[in-house]
Amino acid sequence: MGKTLSEKILSQKSGSDARAGDIVVAQVDLAFVQDGTGPLALRQLAESGIEGVADPKQVAFFLDHASPSPNRELSQDHALLRHFALKNGVQLWDIGEGVCHQLVVESYASPGEVIVGADSHTVTAGALAAFATGMGSTDVAIAIALGRTWLRVPESFRVVLRGKFKKGVYAKDLILHLIGKLGADGATYKALEFCGRGVTGMGMSERFTIANMAVEAGAKVGLFPADETTRAYLESRGRGERFRLLRPDPDANYEETIEVDLEGLEPTVSMPHAVDNIVLAKELKGEKVEQVFIGTCTNGRLEDLAVAARILKGKRRHPSVRLLVAPASRGVLMEAMAAGYVKDLLEAGAAILPPGCGPCVGIHQGVLGDGERCLSTANRNFRGRMGNPEGFIYLGSPATAAATAIAGEIIDPREMM
Amino acid sequence: MKLQGKVHKYGANIDTDAIIPTRYLNISEPAELAKHCMEGIDPDFVGRMEKGDFIVAGTNFGYGSSREHAPIAIKEAGISCVIASSFARIFFRNAINIGLPLLECAPAEEESEAGDILEVELKSGKIRNITRDKLFQAEPYPDFMMELISAGGLIEHTKKKIEARRRQGEI
Repeated sequence: MGKTLSEKILSQKSGSDARAGDIVVAQVDLAFVQDGTGPLALRQLAESGIEGVADPKQVAFFLDHASPSPNRELSQDHALLRHFALKNGVQLWDIGEGVCHQLVVESYASPGEVIVGADSHTVTAGALAAFATGMGSTDVAIAIALGRTWLRVPESFRVVLRGKFKKGVYAKDLILHLIGKLGADGATYKALEFCGRGVTGMGMSERFTIANMAVEAGAKVGLFPADETTRAYLESRGRGERFRLLRPDPDANYEETIEVDLEGLEPTVSMPHAVDNIVLAKELKGEKVEQVFIGTCTNGRLEDLAVAARILKGKRRHPSVRLLVAPASRGVLMEAMAAGYVKDLLEAGAAILPPGCGPCVGIHQGVLGDGERCLSTANRNFRGRMGNPEGFIYLGSPATAAATAIAGEIIDPREMM
Repeated sequence: MKLQGKVHKYGANIDTDAIIPTRYLNISEPAELAKHCMEGIDPDFVGRMEKGDFIVAGTNFGYGSSREHAPIAIKEAGISCVIASSFARIFFRNAINIGLPLLECAPAEEESEAGDILEVELKSGKIRNITRDKLFQAEPYPDFMMELISAGGLIEHTKKKIEARRRQGEI
């Protein structure tokens, strides 16, 4: 019997014949924390009595959730992480560098690796065929200290993508559609493994968007095969030598197979207060919003800003809509400036925020007022997510977001293209 | 060890933002986190609950962010065990790691209401609803997980192991 991608990676990293259901101890190639979960991890490390880190090159800290810090307490947390990083030789990505998951795919992740992060959207790096999964602070603290972790090898769902997106339809629409189909716990403990012609035709940015949201269906990991697109991406990031072809065996055992025809998809929106609460964008026509947010580890990449800029170029945001844009990393912001997208967005009335998580986590920047509605390109719309339990969050693609910013109400972006 | 207390009931898909909103993530002092337990969905919870009580919820309890602050807040508030039809993956692992007992049992969830008195035995997974005179059986924990929980979580467990090896002169 052949192996799924999950079984292949975990076999290699545990030095065993890993099969779904097995518990393995795997080598960890990268263990990371962010400023929300990091202080607790350091506290647990100190508490455990284990000194130092296994290998500082395989550990990274990211200050992205409160970036820059809005208050004294968070500034103290940042200082704690900076101090530990300096003392132990750990690489720290300070405020303004970007969202941890974007920086992980830009600078670390490669096919066949095991990555654990104290943040649920660590699954983003699965797009590069890395077994990347989110854990709590204590688990990641132990991985930082020992360079390994225990994992249950997940059963896999095979998601076969066919065809191509129609104009105005994007990876975000696909993953929202899939989560709606699976439900918020439809893939709990499972691996989602994407394959098919639809994957071959997809760029890395789209794959990141899809892998990023695998956790919204409960999945432990969202994996893509490593192919020529992966190779080209790694080469562009200066680590082409770490590429290797990686795909599941043809006779691997999958618990379920789900097929999606990309051509059949339409712009899709997730309604408050659950990600699996999906409808087509056109069904929400007339639903007014007060804020639009474009950014995050889901949709804050150059390709996303390009789509938004193309729609907004030469137009203005609706006078009653605030338009916030947070590029996912400093690199993205610089490229978006060079390409002219930042100018287009500013001329359309956008407020450009520093690279980082921005308003997505409700700590600072763009907290909603009571009863206000926001169309966001983020990955979660739970009650209170953007800092106010009386706010309402809709999730959609950058195209839907840009079109909504112009219309002042949720709209199918194809009406503006 | 038998636990006894009353039920605080919630529905399905209780996310970690509901258990502890993001604005409190800069707190790592457990007693402080406990003051905001369930604030995102039930702001009166802390004032209403008593030490030893149970949270009983539907499917996918604790989904969303990986914040370990969520099980810590519940444990430190004094909840003795969370009983749900199912748990989200990261929350499950975090809860065990910090020593918060969880039991997965859909019938107990379906047939218990807010205010009912439960008696729970973790080792055997037996849940007795005293108010309704009903007995439910959850999947009992494997021994190693029970060891983790009894020790008070992964860190305490690791410390004990290191200490034992030290005593035996292994390290």
